Amino acid sequence: MDKSVSIVSKNFKKIKVDTIDDYLEVGGYESLKKALSIEPSEIIEMVKSSGLKGRGGAAFPTGKKWEQASKVEGDTYILCNADEGEPSTFKDRYFLEYDPYRIIEGMTIAAYAVGGREGIIYIREEYGRIREIMKKAIANAKAGGYLGENILGSNLSFDIKVVSGAGAFICGETTALIESIEGRGGRPRIKVKRTAEAGLFDKPTLANNIESYGVVTTLLSEDAEKYLNCGTSISKGTKIISLCGNVEKPGVYEVPFGITLREIIYDLGGGIKDGRHFKFAQVGGASGPLVPKSMLDIKYSYEDFKEKDFSIGSGAVLVADDTNRISEFMVTVQEFFAHESCGKCTPCREGNRQLLKIAHRFAERKGEMEDIYKIQRLANIMQKCSFCGLGTAAPTVMVTAIKHFYDDLKENMVENKI
Amino acid sequence: MKTCTLSINNKQITVPEETTILEAAKKLNINIPTLCYHPDQKVKANCRICLVHDKSSDKFVTACSTKVTDGAEILTNTQEVRDLQKGVLELIIANHPNDCLNCIRSGSCSLQDLCRRFNINNSDMINNIDTYVIDNTSGVLVRDRNKCIKCMRCVEVCQETQMVGVLSPYNRSVNTNVGAGFNTNLDKTLCTFCGQCSSVCPVGAIYENDETEKAWEAINDPNKHVVVQVAPAVRVALGDELGISRGEEVTGKMITALRMLGFDKVFDTNFTADLTILEEGNELLHRIKTGGTLPLITSCSPGWINYAEGFFPDLLEHVSTCKSPQQMFGAVAKTYYAKKMDIDPAKVFVISIMPCTAKKFEAARPDINSSGFRDVDVVLTTRELTRMIKSAGIDFADLEDEEFDTLMGTSTGAAVIFGATGGVMEAALRTVYEKVTGEILTDIDFHDVRGFDGIKEATVDLAGTSVKVAVAHGLSNAYKLMEEVKKGNSEYAFIEIMACTGGCLGGGGQPVRSTKLVKARRMDSIYRIDREMPIRKSHENPEVIQLYEDFLGNPNSHLAHELLHTHYKKRSDELV
Repeated sequence: MDKSVSIVSKNFKKIKVDTIDDYLEVGGYESLKKALSIEPSEIIEMVKSSGLKGRGGAAFPTGKKWEQASKVEGDTYILCNADEGEPSTFKDRYFLEYDPYRIIEGMTIAAYAVGGREGIIYIREEYGRIREIMKKAIANAKAGGYLGENILGSNLSFDIKVVSGAGAFICGETTALIESIEGRGGRPRIKVKRTAEAGLFDKPTLANNIESYGVVTTLLSEDAEKYLNCGTSISKGTKIISLCGNVEKPGVYEVPFGITLREIIYDLGGGIKDGRHFKFAQVGGASGPLVPKSMLDIKYSYEDFKEKDFSIGSGAVLVADDTNRISEFMVTVQEFFAHESCGKCTPCREGNRQLLKIAHRFAERKGEMEDIYKIQRLANIMQKCSFCGLGTAAPTVMVTAIKHFYDDLKENMVENKI
Repeated sequence: MKTCTLSINNKQITVPEETTILEAAKKLNINIPTLCYHPDQKVKANCRICLVHDKSSDKFVTACSTKVTDGAEILTNTQEVRDLQKGVLELIIANHPNDCLNCIRSGSCSLQDLCRRFNINNSDMINNIDTYVIDNTSGVLVRDRNKCIKCMRCVEVCQETQMVGVLSPYNRSVNTNVGAGFNTNLDKTLCTFCGQCSSVCPVGAIYENDETEKAWEAINDPNKHVVVQVAPAVRVALGDELGISRGEEVTGKMITALRMLGFDKVFDTNFTADLTILEEGNELLHRIKTGGTLPLITSCSPGWINYAEGFFPDLLEHVSTCKSPQQMFGAVAKTYYAKKMDIDPAKVFVISIMPCTAKKFEAARPDINSSGFRDVDVVLTTRELTRMIKSAGIDFADLEDEEFDTLMGTSTGAAVIFGATGGVMEAALRTVYEKVTGEILTDIDFHDVRGFDGIKEATVDLAGTSVKVAVAHGLSNAYKLMEEVKKGNSEYAFIEIMACTGGCLGGGGQPVRSTKLVKARRMDSIYRIDREMPIRKSHENPEVIQLYEDFLGNPNSHLAHELLHTHYKKRSDELV
């Protein structure tokens, strides 16, 4: 039975986006109209009570973030993080490509709620064609009076522009993203104050993942009830996931929280491709953990994942069949981090290179018992000492490999060579 | 003021709420290890070695960037904290050449210190030594990217303190390093060679081009008559690495050591500092009287000259044509001195001891040879002289005091203050005042132009005409004054600019670890020397008076112009 839903993603591949007309026809901008008819504080209260957590990966309560931003004097920059650099994650591009107006509307609601005049959508450099779709959507919204001065006859004036960096994974990290917009190299910066107070150009700033804005539009629409009826008591609503790897039907799905990983892989994904067997899944992107077969019945929710030390992350679900070797996968992932570390702090810059070398040893079946301890020590240093989330998350695959796939690693040790 | 009470290693302390854990620990005599932290710079928290455990929140935080909180229980020496700190250190070492034995910074290297402290003798980490070509194209500053630990202190000083912006981080991950755009070698950039990068570098990634061997060679060459001149700021810093407390004056011991090294004559750059005042003072008066280009800007600091030629090439006519005291000394030594002593000027070899790396660049300028010979043959920084003294096995701290040789060794209090920001201005005012008014200046201390404020100004009454002057140190402050000059709304007649913060006493060639605190002590010493000098006005220097009488004629005379003045040109033209 297919448990996927179509609420936040209801317009994906259903409407034309080269004009704003289709969007208006399916109820677009009703959310903004509603927002403008109530007090900003009521909107923030709605977001808070929805339990929405940042959909980019860090899962910070969105309502709390908005509340902080609303308390700061002066205009707040409304940033939309569409840098989507996490490997095996491709849900943000669906918003850009198939439902851009929902994002524009969500950002405009945010501008009204926290007090902003300027918005910036930071789109990853590699999304060249899609970036043009978003730009056109902004122009259409502006022409229709949905952006610009006195939106829909209200006192709200708000405009959005699109910015792209130079193609670095780290720019998904909010402070690195801000550095990048300001014209510097994408490296995270030290926060003297909260982003809400001193973010972009040291001005008040609200930054959210693109999906979070999409959900906000839903929360103010007639779909709100439907959305809030989904999920568990703690993880309300739905999540847009990117299902990929060795499954029959990879793709972007909207799932209610509480669905099991098995249902995602076997019901939505149609099971393992070519009749092969499940080996492992990686959830949350390259920085996410490896999930073994024995844990497939885990519920997809913030609380259940947290209990197992997993995280929802960006909503990626990568499935690998039994032709894949754990050690080779470790090499792939550590290569990614060794390439994408910004180089600012020692643990991430040097630690990833160390991890990669060790991963290679296992891939070449030359691992040693001592390497297991080395991985654990390096992981501890990186998790506790790194400057930002990239470095702290980078050892996750190798750490969970030891935890859940120890036998596989053992098979790749020198002693076991015949 | 709000305070916080916390415990560090179970000792209680109450500090103002803005204090960092690092600062609070210091007050309890606990030194948390640091590498990227510099007391005069912004907090960076890149290196991560200052990680400590806050037991109250069970978090590991960087002590340099984390402010204290009430009730925090900080632990800096637990097994886990030690392992994390040591782990970070091992990660740096895994990508660091293991050549301490022949590294110029051995003994003054923060990384080496930490290795000793953490008893690093073996490491789990896999060595990944990157290899980069060493850049010594400038002959002034050497860049060894192999040694770089990516602390970014040099970048801050280059971009923010100096606003030169040659150094910036490039690439990412393990390829991260620091360099000029497109990896250009330093000789093809607008680097001012101020050397502040070398002075904040915790390791041996940027350092002065060591020319001590050239000095030894000259000293031991029987066909050379080697004279040495010492800049004012050297005598308050040389003791730093030679067993004397930092910032203390060591003039007498320094002279003794230089004689012991084998120099034929030990002279004082202060002598030509006084000479500079007469030339520059006259230039100023001439410009005021004839409606010449104002403000006139001093030209003693070669880092500043390089900056002006690089970044304000259209305003070079504001810069005094006077050579710096170093160059004046060389020109006078190879003419006046050679003649007086009846030595073939071709045999006179001038070595100068400078607090400055840019002086090396200045001495090597192709057209600075009006005596027929290169003014100054070798420039050694304070650091290099320290090395020579150590190399010769001299117990510096125990030396008796000696005096400078005569003819070019007598100076005034006005000359020694050239070593501090505002000093050239003050010295000039002491002389110009008396020249213009014909009166004797009784209160000769110009306190307005002293101290560490980035830009200082003063108004002086010169026989009824009120003249405004300004002083800037650190090139970012120079930039501000120059922007006014550029816009044409500068209200000053005379501006002193020194490239380095604090002036020459904070020069890029001074012993490393010259923090603001150390600079302040050097400044105190300099003004103490001035106070205790029998003569404190440049125009009263008897040897300078004799030089004019016997050789140069008058200030700005034809001969003076030929020997003591120079010209400037746009630097970018030469880089193409």
